Amino acid sequence: MDNQFFVDSAHLSPEALEKKHRLENDPSFRENHMEYLPGMEKIESDVCARVMEQMASYDYTVYTAKDVKAALEHGVCSVEDFKALLSPAAEPFLEQMAQRAREETGRHFGNTVYLFTPLYIANYCENYCVYCGFNCYNHIQRMKLTAEQIEREMQVIADSGMEEILILTGESRSQSSVEYIGEACRLARKYFRMVGLEIYPVNTEEYRYLHECGADYVTVFQETYDTDRYEQLHLAGHKRVWPYRFDAQERALMGGMRGVACSALLGLADFRKDALASALHVYYLQRKYPHAEMSLSCPRLRPIINNETINPLDVHERQLCQILCAYRIFLPFVGITVSSRESAAFRNGIVRIAATKVSAGVSTGIGDHESKYSGKETDGVQGDEQFEIADNRSLDRMYRDIAGEGLQPVLNDYLYV
Amino acid sequence: MKNDKLIIGGHEFRSRFILGSGKYSLNLIEAAIRDAGAEIITLAVRRANTREQESILDYIPEGITLLPNTSGARNAEEAVRIARLARELGCGDFVKIEIMRDSKYLLPDNQETVKATEILADEGFVVMPYMYPDLNTARDLVNAGAASVMPLAAPIGSNKGLATREFIQILIDEIDLPIIVDAGIGRPSQACEAMEMGAAAIMANTALATAGDLSLMASAFRQAIEAGRNAYLAGLGRVLTRGAAASDPLTGFLRD
Repeated sequence: MDNQFFVDSAHLSPEALEKKHRLENDPSFRENHMEYLPGMEKIESDVCARVMEQMASYDYTVYTAKDVKAALEHGVCSVEDFKALLSPAAEPFLEQMAQRAREETGRHFGNTVYLFTPLYIANYCENYCVYCGFNCYNHIQRMKLTAEQIEREMQVIADSGMEEILILTGESRSQSSVEYIGEACRLARKYFRMVGLEIYPVNTEEYRYLHECGADYVTVFQETYDTDRYEQLHLAGHKRVWPYRFDAQERALMGGMRGVACSALLGLADFRKDALASALHVYYLQRKYPHAEMSLSCPRLRPIINNETINPLDVHERQLCQILCAYRIFLPFVGITVSSRESAAFRNGIVRIAATKVSAGVSTGIGDHESKYSGKETDGVQGDEQFEIADNRSLDRMYRDIAGEGLQPVLNDYLYV
Repeated sequence: MKNDKLIIGGHEFRSRFILGSGKYSLNLIEAAIRDAGAEIITLAVRRANTREQESILDYIPEGITLLPNTSGARNAEEAVRIARLARELGCGDFVKIEIMRDSKYLLPDNQETVKATEILADEGFVVMPYMYPDLNTARDLVNAGAASVMPLAAPIGSNKGLATREFIQILIDEIDLPIIVDAGIGRPSQACEAMEMGAAAIMANTALATAGDLSLMASAFRQAIEAGRNAYLAGLGRVLTRGAAASDPLTGFLRD
């Protein structure tokens, strides 16, 4: 059954509701999602064309058990092998895939698992992405932290022992300007060894500025690589422009960032095709920017405030595990992050197979680290969360659990140079 | 053989096994020192200055030489900055230069490595550059002031053994510095072979880190390296490529 994403809030004015309904029901009312808006930088690149060509021609029903076995026997996994490993024919081979994936992970990363935590500094958003808790029509408590509040949150997180932070915002240039985010990066450099960003896509020079402010990693989720489906889910706002988003990682690298992460949000469209495209996005980018550190995430859809029913459809844990094993076998050198969208049991299992990075001490709300970490009520206003998390383990707990799996938790493996 | 010492930049070592830094584990460091006899332990600077409870720096016993590496550097300038940071952190004067412009195979950039070697040798570091085995680069490294040359045997972490055997042999034959084989050594037998060839020492990490029994594998490496070294010092017997040696020489008819 498809997800029902449209939810009307009683707090919207009649005019806003009318516009919302028109966006939802009348495709001609929506902007062309393939056309750049003024101010959006266009770069010369063939990465997108190459990814999309492979994705368009991918028919996963043609692969057989024989193809999967051959893929598992090959020393180097080709694009064709990878396609077989993502296909339904590979499902009965999940255990063998996991064994091979574990071998590759061990060879490239040893027994290490990196820990990080996200920090949401604002949840204002100008987009209407129907599945997201931050979408502009969703009635939630909005908030933007001041520099002072950001620093307080960072102190609380740093005191827990965390050394890597991922700064996030809702996608609103007017509320969360590049300068505002840059200021947050500068503050983060005081408390953390590594600073990543997961914000709205920006131009090359803006990425350069943010890099100079201390950020070195950029994560952008493409949500879905199926442009038609993307059009139906991202109905308004800058984020609606699909190709500008696709080239974000490349602009970030051109702007001097050390590493980038790609991902689709699994459950929005055909997950096999989206997984293929996500990995190929990394694969072709790495060929073009061999010095860059690449990573993949694998978020699945989660329930949001005012819509508890949202779920990842046909992407169950088995499918997610298959995708992650296929990623690891195809791209043994890339980092794989598994967020707190997944349960503690799944994350404990997957770090032994393919994942190299997990979050801990997570909040997807705004300004609530002090109350969450200390368990005490604080008087400040807090902004609502982007989605519900499934694993709320603290850093200490996560550290112990990872060590308990026979792995080595690592808080930092990075130097800003 | 008791006087057979490995000398790097004027410092003497008895052991010819050096622990690489790739896979982070304190058990590994312990096994490398106790069972493999390591006297030099590589330390990735990017992991050194951490608040983690079990910091590697605190764990290294006295008498062990720390070899900070510059992993994470993408060019000479970054490598130089990381080396200086290592010195400030109290890691001593040794530095292993690692410069990679490739995140997939982690192959070293020889040109940038020569540049960094020159700068750091001038600053008094004992420079041990990791390199792709190329004779011209090795000569440049000697001229730049390197204390050893560390050619890779195979892509790092691959455990594929002496894939670059012929080229490493050329370095051993032509370069007057210790040639330390680094990266790719997956088995004690491969370490032994490199030592028989005349390598001065072996650096390994993954081969131990991914072994079923860390301690046993560490001692296997120690024995293999010692055996290979002894064979080299003893002078290997001739190797016959084809058939048996003729007992009557072909030139036996020559009379004066």
